[in-house]
Amino acid sequence: MIEVQHLTKRYGDLIAVSDISFGVAAGQILGFLGPNGSGKTTTMRVITGFLPATSGTVKVAGFDIFDDSFEVRKRIGYLPEHPPLYDDMTVTAYLRFVARIKGMPGAEIADALDRALTRCGLTTVADRVTGHLSKGFRQRVGLAQAIIHNPAVLVLDEPTIGLDPQQIIEIRALIKELAGTHTVILSTHILPEVAQVCEKVVIINAGRVVMEDILANLTQEQTLEDVFLRVIAQEEPHNDQLQGEVEETAG
Amino acid sequence: MRNVLTIIGKELRSYFVSPVAYVVLTGFLLLGGWFFFNLLSRFSLLLTLYTQFQGGEAANRLNLNDYVIAPLMHNLSIILVILIPMITMRAYAEEKKSGTYELLLTSPVRTGELVLGKFLASFLFVWIMIGLTGVYPVILLAFGNPEVGVMVAGYLGLLLLATSFVAVGLLTSSFTENQIIAAVSGLVATLLLYIIGWPAETAGNVLGPLLRYLSVTEHFADMVKGLIDTRGLVYFASLIALALFLTQRSVESLRWR
Repeated sequence: MIEVQHLTKRYGDLIAVSDISFGVAAGQILGFLGPNGSGKTTTMRVITGFLPATSGTVKVAGFDIFDDSFEVRKRIGYLPEHPPLYDDMTVTAYLRFVARIKGMPGAEIADALDRALTRCGLTTVADRVTGHLSKGFRQRVGLAQAIIHNPAVLVLDEPTIGLDPQQIIEIRALIKELAGTHTVILSTHILPEVAQVCEKVVIINAGRVVMEDILANLTQEQTLEDVFLRVIAQEEPHNDQLQGEVEETAG
Repeated sequence: MRNVLTIIGKELRSYFVSPVAYVVLTGFLLLGGWFFFNLLSRFSLLLTLYTQFQGGEAANRLNLNDYVIAPLMHNLSIILVILIPMITMRAYAEEKKSGTYELLLTSPVRTGELVLGKFLASFLFVWIMIGLTGVYPVILLAFGNPEVGVMVAGYLGLLLLATSFVAVGLLTSSFTENQIIAAVSGLVATLLLYIIGWPAETAGNVLGPLLRYLSVTEHFADMVKGLIDTRGLVYFASLIALALFLTQRSVESLRWR
């Protein structure tokens, strides 16, 4: 469903993502892991067509993100790092606007709106202005806008950040529910979240893919945490060296 | 087309749910009313003086078009130079800052539709704003006898000038995520268009007419006098089209930069 091939993204001299490749099968939930600044957000922005790739290709549902950007955008729901809310709109007005620009036929919008509000637990704040909502609610409105038009592909950049434990459980359950009918890429650095929700894991570090496997294979012998720390450490010999030096000076 | 309407709806709504629209409208009408009042009292004073000192002869030369409407149009046009960049500054800059730009650009909306929607919304808002000053000509018509044709031409000029400024203001907003930068560069650009004809008299035979043609004021002043010619209309149409085209390129550039 999503194929990323030899994707490189440069901002001037800074290489954010370097020659990464991975794939997600239809109906699969992919956990996209990596330390802060490893290129997760950049990769997601390229997949959703917000940023162009410097080189390499991305195909979503068979459409090239550069040549058929419009077709790709029709099929994607995207929750960016910061929920893209208009602070002066009510939750209902905002979601209705999103449904319309996502190209939903007018007759289906009322139902889709009800469904999104219920699924994301927003019925009590439906008429509140988004600018006055707490962080957790804003995050949920962000999630609601990503799923309202029932897209085939969902790209979620840290969807559970800022939520309380109860909400995290609900949102995870919601994402799990989407599996099978939707293809989901979910970035996070909360490892248990991946263990609970995802089938497949891609770990990137410093702009490179350091691990791509099915979760079940990865966790056969080690916990996900150990795997994560091991592959991150491998990629950064420089860090180890530094640590060694620090320890020497300390000793 | 549906996307254009959706964008227009969202933009107009955001003007009117925030205090922006009301502050701008009130300010514009306050200043407009002040100009109108003063021009009218000056006119009335002149009328009294002329009838007293030189008999009926001189008073005949006074007319509402030249002494009230024309200066009013020119005064309002200066206010528009300042106000319009403030109306358009948020259009793109705020979306970029708040992250909603990501939503718009990852939605199946064509760049042209986005640019057109935002333009038409600001355009409608500014036309409403100028339309509200329509009460002054109505007052003049009720109590005097100005020439309607000249008045209509003047208003058309004012609306075209405002529309061009809207297009330019949106262009500068699309360059940045900082609203102050958008407003200041918009103000500089519209003001330059306004005064670019100043050195025309001494600039020689080639540059002079060119500068004069580039100046908004030149075409606007003709229309205020009641002269609508195709040169002026073509000028405004090309200015608007050019600014919209560049805005489209500027928004689109994110996709291939």
